[in-house]
Amino acid sequence: MRPGPPLWLLAELTYRCPLHCAFCSNPVDYARHGAELGTAQWLDVLAQARALGAVQLGLSGGEPLMRKDLEAIVAHARRLGFYINLITSGVGLTDERLGALRAAGLDHIQLSFQDSTRELNDFLSSTRTFELKQRVARMIKAHGYPMVMNCVLHRHNLPHVGAIIEMALEMGAEYLELANTQYYGWAWRNRLALMPDAAQLREAEAVVERYRQRIGSRCRILFVVPDYFETRPKKCMNGWGTTFLGVAPDGTALPCHAARMLPGLSLPNVADMPLRDIWFDSEAFNRYRGTAWMKGACQSCDEKEADAGGCRCQAWQLTGDADATDPVCDRSDHHDRVRAIVAQGRLAAVLSQGRVERGREAPLLFRTDANSLRLSEP
Amino acid sequence: MPTLHRTLRLQWEEAQQAWVLLYPEGMVTLNESAAAILRRCDGSRTLDMLIDELQGAYRIEGIAAEVHAFVKHAFERGWLA
Repeated sequence: MRPGPPLWLLAELTYRCPLHCAFCSNPVDYARHGAELGTAQWLDVLAQARALGAVQLGLSGGEPLMRKDLEAIVAHARRLGFYINLITSGVGLTDERLGALRAAGLDHIQLSFQDSTRELNDFLSSTRTFELKQRVARMIKAHGYPMVMNCVLHRHNLPHVGAIIEMALEMGAEYLELANTQYYGWAWRNRLALMPDAAQLREAEAVVERYRQRIGSRCRILFVVPDYFETRPKKCMNGWGTTFLGVAPDGTALPCHAARMLPGLSLPNVADMPLRDIWFDSEAFNRYRGTAWMKGACQSCDEKEADAGGCRCQAWQLTGDADATDPVCDRSDHHDRVRAIVAQGRLAAVLSQGRVERGREAPLLFRTDANSLRLSEP
Repeated sequence: MPTLHRTLRLQWEEAQQAWVLLYPEGMVTLNESAAAILRRCDGSRTLDMLIDELQGAYRIEGIAAEVHAFVKHAFERGWLA
C-alpha cells in the first residue's frame, strides 16, 4: 500500500544556538556536521514538501533566529500555504523581528522556558536568559500571536510544575507543553542527572489535572508520561514514514529527529534526491514502515498496529539492536534495562541530595561546541 | 454569531481532498458537513441564518438539531469563539 503524504515538515534550519541546555535533543556530534543549506535550498525544500502534501511546518534548530533569512523563509512558506510554527528560545526575538515575521505570515510561536525560577532556568541552559524570555513572551502576545510555552521536565523542575503553569497563565499562553525529557542526544548523556522518579511524576500529573479542571480551555496543558515509566511503547512519530519528515541543517532527511544515530541507516540528503523519492522510495524511509520489518515478539503481538513497534532509537540505545522490540514494552526481554536506568537515576538523586549542581555521581554535560567535538572525536 | 477562533486557520488541502483546521502544531481533517458549517462561521451570520443557508445550499431540511450539536462540540473544542 502506498504511504500517505508527509503532513508535518520539521525544518531544523541550524544547529547554532545561544543556549547550552543539558537535555538538548540535537545530535551530540552536531559540531562535526556539514554546512547549513542556503536560502535557495530551503525555499526549494519547502516547495517540494508542500507539493507532496505537507501542511504543518516547524521551524526549529538550534535556534532558528540565528538565520538572517528566517523572514524570507517564512514569507515563502506562507505563500505556499503552510501553517508555520516557530520553535524558539526567544533569544534574538526583538520587537522588530516579531513584526517582520508577523507580516511575513508566521502563524504561531513556541517559546521555551527551562523552569519557573531564574536560578534553574539559567543553570540548565548555562545562560542568563530568564528575564529575556519573560520580556519576549510579553512581546509575542503584544503582537497577537498564539503562543505555546514549552518547558522540558526532569527531576529538578517536576516539583515546580504548579509554578510553571502559573507562569504560562500569567503570560497568556494558549498552550503549555510540559515535555518530559526524552532520553536521546544530550539528554541520553545526562540521563542519570535528569531522570525523575515515579512519585514525582504522579504528583506532577495530579497538579496538572487540578489545573485542567480549574482553567478549562483557557490554556491547554499537554503532559505526557515519559517512556521510561510506561509498560507499552509510544507510537513514535505516529509510525515511521507516515506523517513526519525532518530535514537537518545540512539537508539530511530524517524519518525522526534522532534517526541519525541508527547504525547502517543511509539517510538521503535533499541536495542529492527529490523529496518525493526520499519520502516514497528511499531505503531509509521504508526500513521501518508498516509492520513487516518486526521481529518475534512484535510480529506476533496483537498491539503492533497500535504502537508500530515503538521507538527504533530507544531499541538501539538500550539493546544494541535497532530492529528489536522497544524495551519500554514489558513484553520485551530487555525491559529490565529501562527499569535499571530509572533505579540508577534514583540513586544518583540521593547521592547528590537533589541538588543539580552537586551531581558528583552524574555531573551535567552541557551542549557546547567544545563538548560536541570532544565527545565525537573520530 | 459563531466565529472561528482567531488562532485557527481553515483551508482546503488538495493532497487530502479535504478541508482541514490548523492550529499550533496540530491539524484536524474535517468531514464534509463539519467543513460546510465551519466555513460559514465567519462572524457574519447568526446560527439560524447559517442553518437556513445550509438547508438551501444542500436542498435538505430539518438539520437544525445536528448543526446545534456540532456547534456545541466546536465551542467545547475551542474551535469557535
